Amino acid sequence: MSVFNQSRNRVVKLIFIVAFILIIAQLINLQLFNQDYAKLAMNQAVFPKIVYPERGLIYDRNNKAMLTNTIMYDLMVTPNEIKNLDTLAFCDVLEMDTATFKKRINDAIFKNGRMRPSIFQPLLKTQTQARLAENSWRFPGFAVVERPVRSYPFNAGAHILGYINEVSPKDIEKSEGFYHQGDYTGKSGLEAYYEKILMGQRGVQYLLKDNFNRLVGQYENGKFDTIAIAGRSLRTYLDAELQQMAEKMLTNKVGAVVAIDPKTGGILAMASGPTYNPNDLTGYDKGKNFSKMALDVASPMLNRAITARYEPGSTFKPVGGLIALDEGLITPSWGYPCGGRYPGCGIGKPKCTHAGGGHAANLRNAVANSCNSYFTHVYRLAVDNPKYKNVKQGYMAWREYMFKFGFGTRLGVDLPSEIPGSIPDTSVYNKENNGHWNSCTNLTLGIGQDKMLTTPLQLANAMCIIANKGYYYTPHLVRKIDNETEADSIFMEKFRERHNVLTHIPDTAYSAMINGMEDVVTRGTARRVRIPGINVCAKTGTAENYTIDHRGRRIKLEDNALFVCFAPKENPRIAIAVVVQNAGYGGTWGGPIARILMEKYLQDTLNKASKDEYERISNTNKMPKHLKQLQYFTDSTRAWDWFKITKDSNYIKKYLHRVAPRKTETPTKEGEKEKNTIKRNITYLLDNRKNILHYLKSSAGESA
Amino acid sequence: MNQHNAPGLSKGIDWSLIGLYLLLVTIGIMAIFGATYKEGDPVLQTLFAFKTDYSKQLYFFIASLVIGLFILLTDSKFFPATANLWYAVGIFLLLLVFPFHSEIKGTKSIIRIGSFNFQAAEFCKITVALALAKYLSLADLDFTKTRSQLIAAALVLAPALLTILQKETGLAIVFFAFFLVMYREGLPSIILVIGFAAAALVVATLLIEKNILAYILSGIAITLIFILRRQIRRDRGLLLKIALIWLLCVGVQRFMVPFLFKNVLARHHVERIYSTLGRDIPDEYIKDAAPEEGKPKVNTADYNVKQSKIAIGSGGFLGKGLLKGTQTRYGFVPEQRTDFIFDTIAEGFGFVGAFILISIFFILLFRLVTVAERQRSVFSRCYTYGVAALLFFHVFINIAMTIGLAPVIGITLPFISYGGTSLITFSILLFIVIRLDADRQMVLR
Repeated sequence: MSVFNQSRNRVVKLIFIVAFILIIAQLINLQLFNQDYAKLAMNQAVFPKIVYPERGLIYDRNNKAMLTNTIMYDLMVTPNEIKNLDTLAFCDVLEMDTATFKKRINDAIFKNGRMRPSIFQPLLKTQTQARLAENSWRFPGFAVVERPVRSYPFNAGAHILGYINEVSPKDIEKSEGFYHQGDYTGKSGLEAYYEKILMGQRGVQYLLKDNFNRLVGQYENGKFDTIAIAGRSLRTYLDAELQQMAEKMLTNKVGAVVAIDPKTGGILAMASGPTYNPNDLTGYDKGKNFSKMALDVASPMLNRAITARYEPGSTFKPVGGLIALDEGLITPSWGYPCGGRYPGCGIGKPKCTHAGGGHAANLRNAVANSCNSYFTHVYRLAVDNPKYKNVKQGYMAWREYMFKFGFGTRLGVDLPSEIPGSIPDTSVYNKENNGHWNSCTNLTLGIGQDKMLTTPLQLANAMCIIANKGYYYTPHLVRKIDNETEADSIFMEKFRERHNVLTHIPDTAYSAMINGMEDVVTRGTARRVRIPGINVCAKTGTAENYTIDHRGRRIKLEDNALFVCFAPKENPRIAIAVVVQNAGYGGTWGGPIARILMEKYLQDTLNKASKDEYERISNTNKMPKHLKQLQYFTDSTRAWDWFKITKDSNYIKKYLHRVAPRKTETPTKEGEKEKNTIKRNITYLLDNRKNILHYLKSSAGESA
Repeated sequence: MNQHNAPGLSKGIDWSLIGLYLLLVTIGIMAIFGATYKEGDPVLQTLFAFKTDYSKQLYFFIASLVIGLFILLTDSKFFPATANLWYAVGIFLLLLVFPFHSEIKGTKSIIRIGSFNFQAAEFCKITVALALAKYLSLADLDFTKTRSQLIAAALVLAPALLTILQKETGLAIVFFAFFLVMYREGLPSIILVIGFAAAALVVATLLIEKNILAYILSGIAITLIFILRRQIRRDRGLLLKIALIWLLCVGVQRFMVPFLFKNVLARHHVERIYSTLGRDIPDEYIKDAAPEEGKPKVNTADYNVKQSKIAIGSGGFLGKGLLKGTQTRYGFVPEQRTDFIFDTIAEGFGFVGAFILISIFFILLFRLVTVAERQRSVFSRCYTYGVAALLFFHVFINIAMTIGLAPVIGITLPFISYGGTSLITFSILLFIVIRLDADRQMVLR
């Protein structure tokens, strides 16, 4: 009987084998061929905790810290641990309403879950932090944690130093995974340019977590952990006091000041007006301050020293003269019989401040008296040089000189967003004049006008070249990086190279020009700038300028005051460029600012008269009047847009009693063009608004 | 017969089975240790303190050995003689569960006696194995008769039905393992084929859209009629048969399965089945007692299988090492000391470890089949086959569910999973085999 059906034991065995193969096949699939599961397991169970290094500091030339790290406090919440919370008392301490409280708690749970702490309120006010510390026993689940932030002991250097903020999604994308959400990064200025140096190296601790996201220990006993390496500090050429003074003198003015040490190219001070206190962008109110500045039409966040373009006006004349001297077209003793206007092109323009009296009898006099006719003619000589076949080639050769003087190109300063200025190509003139033009077409280039646009930094750098008689170092802020390594040469090497761009111009030519510039101070247009005991060489400039107001009208603004100088004449130690927009005559407003800075830098103190002058300049308001109207216009436009979106009339209430309906002008060709410009400006502002809102949200810790 | 008189307990004992048994239980205690050991605990102290799970399992193991020893001391004739009595006791205990159960984790199958949980259904595995063997070994039984087949099936299905009523569907399914024994003893192959075909039809129903499947079935039927047209011409009854089968299939597909999923199966069953298939549950089958506010509808069964696959998959070829499995040690895998104990081994020792463990199981299974075939007594053979079939079902379904090949039903991995009931039950089953095998020359009735 036992043999009955015995063959069926093979079928049973077959079933076992099939099952065995099925299981093994799936195991091979899961364990050997599929790498995703290992990754998933890693993501789930291992939490890379980032240990932030201390950020590097920035020192001035006297090793005073321009910025330091201090501690502020964030309020963290662990939703799971909140028990029997007196919500009203808690909200009272934090000065918020219960709706916000609920929303924040929900956000925290959404972001990090119930078990893990997340930020409830970043950057507490000092008194809030104190009250929370006193009452901490009443609020289980909440904890105050330290967070390092920047502080600026001199309240100065906002544009240069820049600011740090949380990385944006765009930054994360650009960094290809280097940055994570919640990281801080330099957003502008030196903080951004030297981000890699300042940030140091993040450490990572790999921690194990369980299914509730609680951390339960080290992964592999810390075998893969890396320690955080503190960021390295920067030593700059900046002089903190000089910087402070420069900024103070630019209060309530639009403009820029750049002071460079010609021997090294080190920037001693770089101020832009209007400016702001860098401490405003740290701490509790940073979001509010940021948005306020971003909506200000005077653009206080703009570093005009490197991002604004100005016609150099007469401050260009020394450069024009040197070009002609080098080409051998004139000699220092060459003179031009100026009768008050330039007749060469038959239109009697440009006019000249002086008439006759041999005020342009030689180069030195012409510089001292800033003779327009003289330098217009010098320009024409250079462009119409018989060496070149035609005016276009002549112009291109002249333009090449301009590049050598550092105009029309980015100098390569160690700050982000420097602009190149503009020395136009011949094609621009070809296009405007259908290909037919001569040296008369753009003759005002000779006196720094027409389409020539420069930055204040370029003007200061040109002074350095003249002071050095032909060479310069790329203007830069950082003297050295602490514990400099081979790898840092990508930062520092280019600043240590001497550019001998124009050393081939004979010393006699330079001397003649420098003497002329000295005369500007002793007997010319800049007599206010005299400093007893120091021979200052300078050149004033005054440039007409126009703008298009918000109604599309072309209006003439007050002249821009420009001033360039270097001192002492024998051994130049400082070169300065000053631009004060719409301040009037260059010698009146630019000169004194430069003088006070030179006096401070070269003599280390100010005398009584200079101190008074310093106060007087600081307290003078030279803000362009049209800005006020423009501010009103943009504010009300924005309010109107908000009203349209939200239907909340509170936005427009304060404008209603004053505003007349916006009239449309009759369109002309010119008017059309201008209107487009305005449209562009408004769109820019509106676009900016989105960024501002985004910034506000993220800094309040409310966005995901 | 003479040999039986030879002295000594160890006479005729199959040492390979004992060796495999000891090996598996040791692996099991180690795996439980790997899953539940808390860093910093003194290992030896906790191992003997009866506080931790691995310590408890060690004591269950000792208890199993003591019980095993008693079984080896028992006369072989005791088992066939008392088989029917045991079966009656088993059914009685199962019935007793209904008034006296205490509800633990949603099951209604457990009686608590002091701190000890007794699960009658587990005990019934032994009694059914014995009773079925007894029935199949009756001298005057003709198993080719449908009547005998139905009685055997009823023997097996009665406890299965009671277990389903106690909401222990997983355990109930295990009783179907005994059909493998009946097959060995002469149950027509067609029944197994029909069983597989029915399972395939249900799976197809869940995977393929209703109407399309109906068309496919009709297509198959028409093709069949076309192929068999000559036979049909001779025998009209065949056509009727095909038509009836077609009707039955379509009926199952259109009405039975939806009815089953809507009204019979519990929510977690539906979730588990669909999770295995890798599909989202269709809206019509979602049983929601209004989802909790604010919580998205999460298929927890899906979570379990995913976590289990992550744990196993992340083990790789050689594994992360004992106590280094991040997924099993930090609570990502649910029930990792009982139903999902395989994860601990597969994560800690990788493919190699898992392969070795599975191989040991299959060596044991093949050994059992060999042992069964060498019995002179039908009772011993049927019983041994029963044990092999039970083990096979447990091992295959348990491992298959951890790697996502079968729906998650709560059945243990024999000898490995934590749990006194499971370990002792399987120990008893195996030691009875060893005892019977020691007397393999005897004919037991």
